[in-house]
Order: sequence, then C-alpha cells, then structure tokens
Amino acid sequence: MTYLRDVGALARKDLLLELRARDTLPAMLLFVAAVFVVFHFALPGTPSRLETTGFLWVAILFTALLGLGRAFVPEREQRTMDGLVLAPCDRSAIWLAKSLATLAFLVAAEIVALPLYALFFHHVGGAIVLAVALADLGICAVGTFLGAMAVVTRARDLLLPLLFLPLAIPIVVGAVGASVAHAPGKYLAFLALYDALFAVVCWGSFEFVVSE
Amino acid sequence: MAASRCSKGLVKRNWPYPGHVLTASKLGKRYGEKRVLRGVDLELADGGFLVVTGPNGSGKTTLLRICAGLATPTEGTVERAVARGELGYLGHEPLVYRELTALENLDLYGRLYGVPERRERIGMLLERFGLWEVRRDRVASYSRGMTQRLALCRVLLHDPRLIVLDEPYTALDEAGAELLDSQLEELRGERTFLVSTHDPARVEPFASGRLALA
Repeated sequence: MTYLRDVGALARKDLLLELRARDTLPAMLLFVAAVFVVFHFALPGTPSRLETTGFLWVAILFTALLGLGRAFVPEREQRTMDGLVLAPCDRSAIWLAKSLATLAFLVAAEIVALPLYALFFHHVGGAIVLAVALADLGICAVGTFLGAMAVVTRARDLLLPLLFLPLAIPIVVGAVGASVAHAPGKYLAFLALYDALFAVVCWGSFEFVVSE
Repeated sequence: MAASRCSKGLVKRNWPYPGHVLTASKLGKRYGEKRVLRGVDLELADGGFLVVTGPNGSGKTTLLRICAGLATPTEGTVERAVARGELGYLGHEPLVYRELTALENLDLYGRLYGVPERRERIGMLLERFGLWEVRRDRVASYSRGMTQRLALCRVLLHDPRLIVLDEPYTALDEAGAELLDSQLEELRGERTFLVSTHDPARVEPFASGRLALA
C-alpha cells in the first residue's frame, strides 16, 4: 500500500506539472494531428487499409517519443532527481509513476489520433483499440526507462530515439499484426508478453539507472 | 520523531562504531582523470556538528554528496548508521519543483517520507521560515532567498537524524540567516550535522569539530 501511495504522489506531481507548464500534451496533440493531415495529403489516391495501418503506428510511435523525451525534463532542468532518489521510497516508484503519467498523455493524444485516423483513412476496429492499449503499456514502460538513462547524458535528444526505436520494433510487429490480421489473438498475446517482460525488467533495474 | 521507512537496497548493518552516525575512511573521488577528493577520513558522532571548510574546488560538495549517498567514492569507504529516510540533504540546488507551490512541494516530500501529521508539520515549518503567506504561490515566483528557505523546510520536514547542509547560508538575507541560526541552535546536540561553508565564523558557535579540505 505504501508503494502505491508513493506512486500516486509522484504521478500526481507529474500531472500537476504538466497542467501548469503545458509543455508536453499540447505538443503531442498538435504533432499527431499534423502527421495525419500530412499523410492525408501526401498519399496519392485512396491508400489501402494495410498501408494506412502502418502510418497509424508510425504516428503513434513518434508521438510517444515526443512525450518520452520530455518525461524527465523537470527533473533535469530543476535537478530534483536527487530529492526523489534520497526519499525512502522504492526507486522503481519513480519509474512507475513517470510511466503512468506518460501513459496518460499518450492516451489523451490517441483519443484525438484515432478519430482523426478514422476520418482521413479507415474505420478503427476493436482489435486496433486493443492493440493500441497494449502497445501503449510497452511503449511507456520501456520509453520511460530509457528516458531516465538518456536524460543524464549530453546527447539525450539523440540517444533516446536511438535506444528506443530498436526496442520498439517488437511493439510495431505485434501492433501492426494485431491491426491487420483476421485472427489478432496471437499478436495481442505477443504484445502482452512484451509488456510483462519489459515491465519486470524495467521495474527491477530502475534503481541502477538513477544511482551514480 | 524521525520518520523512517525501509526500502529496496537498504541494508541494516551491525554498526561497528557505537555512537557514530557517519564514518568515512580514505575517501577519494575521481571524475575521469580529475581527482576532486583524496584520502579524507572523518568520524561524526551522534549529535555532533562537523563543519567542512576549504577553498573552491577542494571537494566539499563532492564529500557531502558522498556522505549523503548521492555519489559513490572511487576510493575508500563510507558507512552511515542512518537509513535513507533519516537523512536530510541541502545541496546547491533546492530540489523543489518551480511549477509547484510551496505547499505542493512539501506535501509531495511529506508523502514520500511518510511524515506523520504532515499538514501540521508543513504549516509549522512554512510559518517558521516566513513562507506561510506565499504558500500557494508557485516557487517560480519566489526570490532565490525564499527558495532557499523552502529548501530548508524540505530538509527539516521529516525531522532527519543526520542533516547534511552544503553552503546553507547561500542567498539568505540576514533575517533568513538568523532563522537558520535559530534552527541550528534548537537542533544542536539532538541531531547530527555535516555542514560545509565558506563562512566558518557563522557556524562556529554550533561546531563540535572541523574538517579543512585543501
């Protein structure tokens, strides 16, 4: 219970910071909307469902990357990570809270993105929604972990995409598969397995990321 | 009463030095080729007040960060007889969020440290450090001195056993400095202090020992 209270306090802090600063969510919303508009005008004729599904996932991945890149900016700019690290809470609570806050921003962006996708391209089915939900968990778990690693380096803006995109390939494989397959069950199970595996790895090793 | 909680990675040791809160032996620190600390020994008894002095670049901040557990030494050992939640640390940065109010910052830390009667304790500290009237203002609107006062509230919030202060008088006006003096006077002997300063005369009345870094 104490652990969940700590996670709640830290996630509340991240949401409050975003509510005040409005640095991340508006940028994610504008980005994802702009990407769909660009795709809409850039694609000749009527693109197939297979093609546009790929664009949907590219848009989601890069929108997430935008949010992940900003996840630890308050801690970096105001050097508050020392304060969090010194607190007697389990350090993985910092990762979990940050992942949950990033997940909230990503879900908010997708609430705009999916109707736009349906408007410009094709109908969004239940399998896509389920794939988006499962992919979000993996994206936020892995991306937040890598964001914490990248934020302490000078090349953080370069490092995060370089670390994150290769690790996101299985997410793309599972998500695109689940979106286009007639029987998406095995792809959804693959995404769930990815989420569980990487969530455990990130949870268990975050302590070493924030220790000198 | 000091708030104390166990956490992952925290090992309760059979403390080999009765009465000592902090013991460091032959501490050294290198950043690449650059050596910033060399062969520092210190023993800090329970209730002691150790003042660390030295010119710029002598390694005061590095020593205090190592003692607080924020940095690891490249040579030597450091042993703390206090848990992470029993330590209060004030560094060069206030470690508060500028977009949050003083109340929100202290509430966050109060929750993380499991401070009993959190609201009352926060109110008492804000009043004592002259921030009660501006408690709902964002820290971004505070002056540097007010932010330092808030940082001191943060340090004292969980009533730590070991208090590590790196240049605590920085940015404080005379009234703020006197407030800090009164806090140090009140807690002297009851809490253990490790304080670095460029103005040793200011903390001389409280000091039980001095460590000069070259």
